[in-house]
Amino acid sequence: MLPTTHNVRDMGAGYMNMATLQEDRLGQPGGRIPGTTLFDGEAARRGYALNAMCYSFNDARNREEFRRDEEGYCRRFGLTLEQLEAVRARDVLAMIAAGGNIYYLAKLAGIFGLNVQDVGAQQTGMSVPAFKQMLLDQGAGQDITEARN
Amino acid sequence: MAHIIGGYFTSHVPAIGGAIVRGDQQQPYWKPFFDGFPPVREWLAREKPDVAVCFYNDHGLNFFLDKMPTFAVGAAHEYRNEDEGWGLPLFKSFTGHPDLSWHVIEQLVGDEFDVTMCQSMLVDHALSIPFELAYPDAEAWPVKLVPIAINTVQFPLPSARRCLALGRSVHRALQSWQGDEKIVVIGTGGLSHQLDGARAGFVNPEYDRFCMDSLVNAPEAITVDGTVEIVRKAGSQGVEILNWIAARGALGEGGCRETHRNYHIPISNTAAATVLLEPA
Repeated sequence: MLPTTHNVRDMGAGYMNMATLQEDRLGQPGGRIPGTTLFDGEAARRGYALNAMCYSFNDARNREEFRRDEEGYCRRFGLTLEQLEAVRARDVLAMIAAGGNIYYLAKLAGIFGLNVQDVGAQQTGMSVPAFKQMLLDQGAGQDITEARN
Repeated sequence: MAHIIGGYFTSHVPAIGGAIVRGDQQQPYWKPFFDGFPPVREWLAREKPDVAVCFYNDHGLNFFLDKMPTFAVGAAHEYRNEDEGWGLPLFKSFTGHPDLSWHVIEQLVGDEFDVTMCQSMLVDHALSIPFELAYPDAEAWPVKLVPIAINTVQFPLPSARRCLALGRSVHRALQSWQGDEKIVVIGTGGLSHQLDGARAGFVNPEYDRFCMDSLVNAPEAITVDGTVEIVRKAGSQGVEILNWIAARGALGEGGCRETHRNYHIPISNTAAATVLLEPA
């Protein structure tokens, strides 16, 4: 399910005050997981063409072919209209809503010059520096390096 | 008789490979993570294992969604890495140990784990990076490999309880192996992280601590949760903890000592951890 803009904004706020909003990030046991789409059988079926195209990008020649003729390459894999539009818009949340799996989408994102932190920023509606800072903030005081026992 | 020296557990995110290529190990961003490895390297240099049994998950290199095995055991003479599509350099190949792989497969299927048997198998960064971290100066890997891939990608995933039982079956195989090799067990992936969705960037240090603490001598505690609940607590990709649980199983039901732990947030989008367990 594609989260609404409102939800995305909530997630951003959640990171700013994590202690009190941890429940917002976890949801309730047995319930829906906030901001998360499980890649289940339904998604795998829906996303098959898009994921198959992304899998083809393991081959550098295919990445080049996509760059050369994006529309034609997408057509060859039989992407659905929803998938085509999501790829055209470089919209990762829309790709996930269309059944894309992030491990495969990451191969496509690489062609667009985006790494997983760029993709994370896009999905959370944050700037890339803000997304990276959010991760750093979560690490404050958490480091452990020790010999044990 | 074969001897299991213990196991190490580590994150495997592709960005680590990029940091290694750039020589960024001592940069402030990366140093806290790479500083977790000298104790692992010293231990391996002291123990000199001959074989590595490695539990990991494939990220769309060897397995596509057309055929997705829940559990797959490599039984190849050689395992190569190939272009994964996200700009990583090719990693070194591994020499297999097909005799031991088939022995493990016999035990697993005998124990009613109906695994996929792979005489040809590419291995991705999830397997290579833990070796790059542990043997940074090796021209060729000093261990032969038995790779065991667990589906952590496409739901339904195998339960944590099933992964622990799978590991324990592998342990029985290693115990009955008549060779005199020294064996190291490796679990890769995690800890908490999420790449996809509006919750991207999620990490959960509290749950990670619970997992690391439980892994030592109470791995059953992690297996109480179903895989969806593990995703809730660990993130969509944090469910790679399944690889760690299986690897802990392969160390047997006896007690372990945790001789080293490193934990650092973040590397890329991930809460990174390195743990060393030795038989008690």
